[in-house]
Amino acid sequence: MWDAFGFEFVNFYLIPGLVLGCIYALGAIGITLTFGILRFANFAHGELMMMGAYLTWTIMAIITAVIGITVHPLIAAIPASIVVIYLFFWTDKFFYKPFRKADTIKVVMASFGMMLILRSAVQVIWGPNQLTFVPGIAKPNAGLMSWTDDIGAILLIPNKHLLIFAGTIVFVVVLSYILNRTRIGKAMRAVSDSPDLAHVTGIDVDQVIRATWIVGGVCALAAGVFLAMDIQLLETTMGFRMLLPMFAAAILGGIGKPYGAVAGGLIIGLAEELSAYPWIGTEPLLSPGYKTGVAFAIMVVMLILRPQGLFKGRSF
Amino acid sequence: MEAYLGYFLYLLSLLTVGGIYAIFALGLNVQWGFAGLFNVGIVGFAAVGAYTYALLTTAESTFHYGGFGLPLPVGMFVAMITSALVAAVIGLICIRLRSDYLAIATIGIAEIIKLILKNETDVTNGPRGINKIPRTWEHFSEERFYSSWPLSWFGTPENWAAFFDGLPNWWWQPCFAGTILLFMYIIYRMLERARVSPWGRMMTAIRENEPAVRAAGKNVTARRVEAFVIGAAIMGFGGALFAQHLRLIEPTNTFDPAKVTFLVWVMLILGGSGNNRGAMLGAFLIWTIWSASELMISGIIDLVGFVAQSFDTTILETRAGFLRMMLIGVLMQVILQKFPEGILPEVRPASPRSKL
Amino acid sequence: MTDTVLSLNNLKAGYGQTEILHDLSMHVDANEIVAIIGPNGAGKSTAMKSVLGLLNINSGSVTLNGTDITDTPAAKVVRLGISYVPQTQNVFVNLSVQENLEMGAWTRPVGIPERLAEMYELFPDLAEKRNQAAGSLSGGQRQMVAMAKALMVDAKILLLDEPTAGLSPKYRGEIFNTIQKIKSTGVPIMIVEQNAKQALGVADRGYVLVDGANRYTGTGADLIADREIARMFLGGGH
Repeated sequence: MWDAFGFEFVNFYLIPGLVLGCIYALGAIGITLTFGILRFANFAHGELMMMGAYLTWTIMAIITAVIGITVHPLIAAIPASIVVIYLFFWTDKFFYKPFRKADTIKVVMASFGMMLILRSAVQVIWGPNQLTFVPGIAKPNAGLMSWTDDIGAILLIPNKHLLIFAGTIVFVVVLSYILNRTRIGKAMRAVSDSPDLAHVTGIDVDQVIRATWIVGGVCALAAGVFLAMDIQLLETTMGFRMLLPMFAAAILGGIGKPYGAVAGGLIIGLAEELSAYPWIGTEPLLSPGYKTGVAFAIMVVMLILRPQGLFKGRSF
Repeated sequence: MEAYLGYFLYLLSLLTVGGIYAIFALGLNVQWGFAGLFNVGIVGFAAVGAYTYALLTTAESTFHYGGFGLPLPVGMFVAMITSALVAAVIGLICIRLRSDYLAIATIGIAEIIKLILKNETDVTNGPRGINKIPRTWEHFSEERFYSSWPLSWFGTPENWAAFFDGLPNWWWQPCFAGTILLFMYIIYRMLERARVSPWGRMMTAIRENEPAVRAAGKNVTARRVEAFVIGAAIMGFGGALFAQHLRLIEPTNTFDPAKVTFLVWVMLILGGSGNNRGAMLGAFLIWTIWSASELMISGIIDLVGFVAQSFDTTILETRAGFLRMMLIGVLMQVILQKFPEGILPEVRPASPRSKL
Repeated sequence: MTDTVLSLNNLKAGYGQTEILHDLSMHVDANEIVAIIGPNGAGKSTAMKSVLGLLNINSGSVTLNGTDITDTPAAKVVRLGISYVPQTQNVFVNLSVQENLEMGAWTRPVGIPERLAEMYELFPDLAEKRNQAAGSLSGGQRQMVAMAKALMVDAKILLLDEPTAGLSPKYRGEIFNTIQKIKSTGVPIMIVEQNAKQALGVADRGYVLVDGANRYTGTGADLIADREIARMFLGGGH
C-alpha cells in the first residue's frame, strides 16, 4: 500500500502539515488564554514569538563567541524564555494594564500598536534582513528511515521535526497538568470562566494574569523557536505571518479553550499543507501561494457557522 | 528662485500625500469615530481601490488584465464601489460579533487581498505591480489622451504636444494637490452633513447606549454595516488617489500595513476620534512629522558620519526608517493613554434624547 | 445586646452618577439570619453589592466587626471573611464541583481537605457529583455548589443574593433548610429574597426596602404578621 502516492502524501504533505500545526498550536495556546482570561485579542503575540526566536539566536551567538561551542536552540531558548516572560509582563504593565477597566477595544488597539513597536524594535536591533538560524541541510533521521524502510513505509523526518513533535507533546502534557492539577491552573480556568465571580470569590486575579503571561509566553517562545528551527532562518515578518493562522486556530478551537487551540492549530496547519496536494489531477488543489488564505477561509466559515468554535468556547 | 521652487514643490507634495491620508482618516472616522468599529484592514480597502482604479484607467498592457483606458472619474468611482462591496461582505459576517473579531477579520481580509494581488499575476502582474497609472491633470500630457475628449475639442494632438512642452515639468503638481484637497473638502462636508443628520445622531446614540437604541426598535446592526461600508468606500477612493500619486503600485511595499493602516490610526487618534476636522488635522500633522523626521534623521546620520569618519553609516540608514516607525508607535500609546480625546475632541451633535 | 457582625450606616451609594441607595442602615448580628425584602428596584441587591465594594459609595459607611470596610475592593472584603453568593453566574460552569469548592478556598491558608469533607457532609448531594462539571448540574444543585463554595473559607458572614430565584418549590424548601443548617454552624447570614414569605419564615429579623431606604424593620414573624406589608409585598399568590 506504501506506493508512490503514500510516500509522497505522508512525507511531503502530512508531516510538514503536522509540523506547522504544532507551531500554530503552541502559538494559539497563548492567544486563547489571553483572550479567555484577559478578554482581548492580543495582536502583539506573534511579534513576541518572533522576538523570542531572535533572542534565542542571539544567546546562541553569544555562547558561541564566548566559549566557542555551538549549543542547540532549545538550550539557548531557556534563558531566552526569561526575557520573553519579562517582555510579556512589561507590555502588560505599561500598555495593557492601564486599560483593564476600560473598553476592551482600547486594549486591542494598544496591542495593535505594540505589534508595530515590537516589530520595528526587532528591525532596528537585528536589522531588516533575514538571518540564518541554523545552517546546513536537515537530513532525515537515519534510524527512523531504515526502520520504516524495513517495514515498507519509509518516513523521511529530519531530527528538527522529531524535536518539534516531541516538544509539542511535552508542552501540551505539562499545560494540561498545570490547568487541571495545580491551584493556579484551576484559577486560570476559573477566571476564564467568569472574571466577576473570580473576583468576588477572592481569587487573586493579578496573580492569575501573571501566570497566564508566563504560560502563554513560554508557549509563544517555543512556537517561535520551533518555527525558526523548521525554516532555519529568522525574518522580521515571521511573527505577523503566524498571527492570522493562530487567531484562526484559537477561534476554531473555541476561545478560552487551550485544547481547542491545540486541535485548531493542528487542523489549520494540516489544512494549509494539504490544500496544496494534487487531490484532483496533477495540479495542486490550491496554488501554494494561497496557503495562508486557507486559515482565513476556515476562520470566516467558523465565524459564520459556529462562532463558539469546535470546543464550545466563549462567543461574544 | 530655484530654491523657493523646491520648497514650494515640497509643500505641495506634503499637501498631496497629507490630503490622501486625510481622506483615509475621514473614512476611518466614519467607522471608528461614528460607529465604534475597529478596522485594522485599511490597507486592504486602499489596495482594492488602487488596483481597481489602475486596471480600469491604464492603457492596454500585456503585463496585466486590461487596462481599459477608461476615463479617470469612472475609475475612481468604480474603485469606491468595489471597496464598498468587499466591506459589505466582511461587515455582514463580523459586525454582529464582538469588536475583537472584526479586528481579526479586517486584518485578515487585508492580508488575503494582498495575497490575491500577489498571486493572480495574469490580472495584477503580481509582485511587479502596475505601472504608468494615469494621474489627474498630468495625464493630459500623455499622448493617448490628446485625441480623446476633452482635449480633442480644443486642439489637435500636435498643438497639445507643443503646449505641454512649453509648460514647466511640474505644472500639474499644484492642480493635482488642489484636486485632492477639493475631494477631501467635499468628503468632509458630506460627512459633517451625515454626522448631524438623524443617521449620525443615531450613530452617537448607539455608541452611548446601544441597548436603549435596540429597545427603541432600531436596527443597530444595519446602521453599523452602513457605516462600515461608507468608510470603506471613502478608503477605496483614497486608494485610487494613492495609486495616482504613486503611478506605480505593487502589493508588498506600497501597501505595507505599517505605513497605511497604522499611520492612519495614529492620525485619527491624535487628531481626535469622532471629529472630522480632527481626522484631517491629525493626517496633515502626522504626515508632516513623518516626512520631516525622514529629513531630520538623514541629517543626523550625515552628522554622525561627519563626526565619526570611520563609522559606517549605512547600517544606520537601513534602520532609521524602522526607528521612526517605533517612535510613531510609542507616540500612539502615549496619546491613547494620556490624551484619548485627541487634539480636537468629538463634539456631539445636539440631539434631543427622546428622538433617538 | 449581641455582637453586631456587619453593619451598614446611612449608606448613599449607586452606579456611577445614578444613586440607588438613598439612606440605608441595617445590621446583622452574630447567630442570626437577616432577610432583606422589597419590591423590584428597591435596591436589595445593590445593598449587598455595596458591602463588597462593587459600587460607588457616596456617603455612609460599612463596618465588619466594628472595623470600617467602606470602599474596600471585593477581593479584600472576601479575605476579611465576607462570603458572597451572587444571584446569577455564581459557579464556575467549566470547573468540577470539587474545583469550584477549591476555588472558594483560595484565601484559606490551611485545612482545605477537612473543610471539603465538612461541606460534603453539609451538602450530601454534592459529594457524589464532585467530579462533575458544575455547569451540568440543575439550578438547585448549582445553588448548593455556590453556597458550599462560599463557605469554604471561615466566613464571618454569608451574603446570599436571591438564592431561590428561578428554582422549583421543592428546591426552594431545600435551600431554606440548608440556610438554617448553615446558621446552626455559627455563620450569620444576610439574604436578599423575592420569596418574601418563605425568607421571613426562616429569618430572625427582616428589613423591607423601598426606594433605596429601609421602610420597615422587625422580626421575621412580626413582618409576616404586619397586614400592610403582607398586602404590599407578600402578595396573595405566595
